[in-house]
Amino acid sequence: MTTNTKLISLCSKADLVPNSGVCALVDGRQVALFYLPEDEQVYAIDNHDPFGQANVLSRGIVGSIADVPVVASPLYKQRFSLVDGQCFEDEAVKLATWQVTLLDDVLMIDPTPR
Amino acid sequence: MNKTKLILIGNGMVGHQFLASLAESGEAERFEVTIFCEEPRLAYDRVQLSAYFSGKTAEDLAMGQPAQYAAWGYHVRLNEKVVSIDRDNQTVTSSTGATLAYDQIILATGSFPFVPPVPGHDREHCLVYRTIEDLEAITASAAKGRSGVVVGGGLLGLEAAKALRDLGLETHVVEFAPRLMAVQLDDAGGKVLRDKIAELGVKVHTGKNTQQIVDGDNAVHRMEFADGEVLETDVILFSAGIRPRDELARSCGLDVGERGGIVIDNDCLTSDKNIFAIGECALWNGRIFGLVAPGYNMAKVAVARLLGEDKQFLGADMSTKLKLMGVDVASIGDAHGHTPGARNYTYLDEACGIYKKIVVNESGKQLLGAILVGDAEDYGTLLQYALNGIDLPEFPDSLILPQRGGDGKPAGLGVAALPETAQICSCHDVSKGDICQAIDGGAATLGDVKSCTKAATGCGGCSALLTNLVNHELESRGVEVNRNLCEHFDFTRQELYHLVRVDQIKSFDELLHKHGRGKGCEICKPTAASILASCWNEFVLKKPHVGLQDTNDTFLANMQKDGTYSVVPRVAGGEITPDKLIVLGQVAKQFNLYTKVTGGQRIDLFGARLEELPQIWRILVDAGFETGHAYGKSLRTVKSCVGSTWCRYGVDDSVGLAIEVENRYKGLRSPHKIKFAVSGCTRECAEAQSKDVGIIATENGWNLYLCGNGGMKPRHGDLFATDLDKDTLIKYIDRFLMFYVKTADRLQRTSVWMDNLEGGLDYLRQVIIEDSLGLGAELEEQMLQVVGTYECEWKKTIEDPEALKRFRPFVNADATDSNVVFVMERDQIRPATAAEKAANTPAVPVKMVS
Ligand SMILES: Cc1cc2nc3c(=O)[nH]c(=O)nc-3n(C[C@H](O)[C@H](O)[C@H](O)COP(=O)(O)OP(=O)(O)OC[C@H]3O[C@@H](n4cnc5c(N)ncnc54)[C@H](O)[C@@H]3O)c2cc1C
Ligand code: SF4
Ligand code: SF4
Ligand code: FES
Repeated sequence: MTTNTKLISLCSKADLVPNSGVCALVDGRQVALFYLPEDEQVYAIDNHDPFGQANVLSRGIVGSIADVPVVASPLYKQRFSLVDGQCFEDEAVKLATWQVTLLDDVLMIDPTPR
Repeated sequence: MNKTKLILIGNGMVGHQFLASLAESGEAERFEVTIFCEEPRLAYDRVQLSAYFSGKTAEDLAMGQPAQYAAWGYHVRLNEKVVSIDRDNQTVTSSTGATLAYDQIILATGSFPFVPPVPGHDREHCLVYRTIEDLEAITASAAKGRSGVVVGGGLLGLEAAKALRDLGLETHVVEFAPRLMAVQLDDAGGKVLRDKIAELGVKVHTGKNTQQIVDGDNAVHRMEFADGEVLETDVILFSAGIRPRDELARSCGLDVGERGGIVIDNDCLTSDKNIFAIGECALWNGRIFGLVAPGYNMAKVAVARLLGEDKQFLGADMSTKLKLMGVDVASIGDAHGHTPGARNYTYLDEACGIYKKIVVNESGKQLLGAILVGDAEDYGTLLQYALNGIDLPEFPDSLILPQRGGDGKPAGLGVAALPETAQICSCHDVSKGDICQAIDGGAATLGDVKSCTKAATGCGGCSALLTNLVNHELESRGVEVNRNLCEHFDFTRQELYHLVRVDQIKSFDELLHKHGRGKGCEICKPTAASILASCWNEFVLKKPHVGLQDTNDTFLANMQKDGTYSVVPRVAGGEITPDKLIVLGQVAKQFNLYTKVTGGQRIDLFGARLEELPQIWRILVDAGFETGHAYGKSLRTVKSCVGSTWCRYGVDDSVGLAIEVENRYKGLRSPHKIKFAVSGCTRECAEAQSKDVGIIATENGWNLYLCGNGGMKPRHGDLFATDLDKDTLIKYIDRFLMFYVKTADRLQRTSVWMDNLEGGLDYLRQVIIEDSLGLGAELEEQMLQVVGTYECEWKKTIEDPEALKRFRPFVNADATDSNVVFVMERDQIRPATAAEKAANTPAVPVKMVS
């Protein structure tokens, strides 16, 4: 569906922290990036916590529910799927996610949220 | 609808129970309740009265709370006594002259201590032991005297003797009967008890009939006995039995017993159908019940009858088990074998001071009664045999003979054998059926069962039995009690701790691969991080641990609602130099931080952005500050009063000790936060009794209080040990903390942890003081390792470029979070509200950092 031409480079793999999050600015929006080396996967979701109304999700703890990778907000502990941004505590809340890929040691992102 | 006018006369323990039961029934609105309370305070726990002498205050003992009564809609008339009842006009008149109409009356007037009318009984410093005012008088008299005599060697008399001894008096007990506790014990049992008490330094004189009390030569009083002997003493406490307070009932013509007591029937009604009597003032079937449990039952019956429900009082079991000056004593049922055909089995061990007797019926199949002195462990089992008529084993004496080696207790009664109706907790009248119901209703732990049935929360005598029963019931339901930490680990925190130590596990990944599944979560990761830290004390930001921590632990600061952090440097013992204070002020000014003094005697700096934290800490570390661990589940602060160095009352250097212990335990990771405080004297200005570990200086050393806390459910610490020298104090705290760290559940504060330990405080004493598990040395050694490997996490962080990378707000841009906006209030910053952000209120300019 996506063409590589839309992807822009964001940071190097060394900027990511395994099993934890960092934050990036993409078109003025804050994007939380989580690197799970075991799955060789990087996930990108909105950094804004809609419950606490603060930009903090990149500083949450990464884990899993059943087999879905999630992050728990450091403020009030709601959990969000890293795959599609769905909140587990409130069905009505779903965060924006971005498509990201590791090309060699560079993290590429499609700046349009999904 | 007109409300029924209900008047309660007497707000003692039983009156209080009546009020509580009425409120619990949900029907209290049907009544207009007025309470006459002769004493200057609402109901308090008379049973625990002696605890007043070991530091409990009147507030600690309080049962009735004014706010609670108000919420229940009751009117209280404190310090006001009812002086007459006019049954024809249905009114009562009080000591203030007020007259009130009633529809129903509850008499709960209790009893008064009987003072034998010997000449001189009303001299100064001749006292009784029943109310808080009595205790105050005893304390005052004891302060002036050297010796004290208790007249009466019954249950209450011996308790009073302990109080006198605790007050530092040379203590005597004078008993008219030939033995102590004549009602509950026989001669052999009385003798064993007497020997044990004598060993504790209390002199016992039995068979003594006091003739008169006159001026003494060397002390305030001289007591003269019928046998010609005399005894000199400064204080005399009468504890020669109780008499029901039936004077009101008598004067308004209600039926009273020949030897006192207001006659009641099975409905707790007196001879007037509008007047109930409950508690120690009531006479049922010719008997007065001088214990709280039967009184509580009467209270519940009275409530039921008022509401038209069917419930009756059918007598009560008067078996008792208690600890008198550290000696276990118990008496069950027909202890004297009055039943025709009754036969005894006895066991006497004079060397250890143990006496046991059981009384069985003619056929030898049923237990009628028992006496236990010196070792009352069998009480629970024997009581169940007696109460439930369970068939005795073939050789009944096997129940009391010591089991040495071999196959253990042959006839120990399994809880399975108890019928549903068996009463497990007599204080709160909880049956086996009630407990099973609670478990079926979802109670899954001992703690749950305790809080929903109240079982084992009175005298505590039933807690061992309750624990067995709860375990048994859970198992028999096939409930494997799920104490799993989370979906990733089928273990409790305690089990994980053990695995980490035994397998020498050093990282979360290793732990997960060996013992868990999935990726972990916000519950197990910080738990594992805390365990790893308390076992190996490795630098928390070391690569493998990153990502395990809560954001606060990761960034070594406390996240606030807007995503900024607060910074709290350690100020050990609350002692800080002017220079350091100035540094804090300068930092706050430079980074435009909001400053506030915390309850833990430190200074909290709010509003630091992620990227500012390392810069702030560089300055702080240079000035000699260390991290305060305000973010971690670990030792927070050791609060202290100024102590003997400055305070005119201080008896020891509380600040010095506070600094020493804070520095010893700083950084220790634990299941929950831990707070300490040290006071320089018993005035307790540091509020040490509200802390996990509280230390109070005494003339002879330090008193140690454990397991208190503030917060949502405040709890006073329990006095654990007294007059310790510093080395012993530190040793006990080492053992206590390490034992807690090793065995507590995640987020379990010390108080809850202790309540869940079978045996509670006593058990802790055994483990820590007597070293009953043989763990002492190991615990100390492990603590020593933690102490020896302490590093300031912030100092390490600012020296580590890798770790510092984490404090960049964005990996790809040099910007700050535009959503963090401050406005000014009371001359300091605060986070802007959403409305203020939307309205674009002029914000505080982004700080200039030099
Ligand atoms: C030191 C001590 C230790 C004890 N230990 C135990 C124990 O271990 N186990 C146990 O089961 N029991 C124990 N007891 C006994 C227990 O305390 C009593 O059984 C219980 O308090 C009885 O409760 P009550 O409400 O009937 O009477 P009380 O608690 O005496 O209350 C009666 C109240 O009524 C008030 N009053 C009386 N007349 C009037 C009036 N006309 N107008 C207004 N108010 C009036 C009195 O001032 C009093 O406050 C102990 C008692 C003492 C003193
Ligand atoms: S607790 Fe004692 S020593 Fe400390 S400040 Fe108060 S009065 Fe002084
Ligand atoms: S009491 Fe409540 S508002 Fe105050 S600091 Fe604690 S959690 Fe925050
Ligand atoms: S018997 Fe007293 S608490 Fe249960």
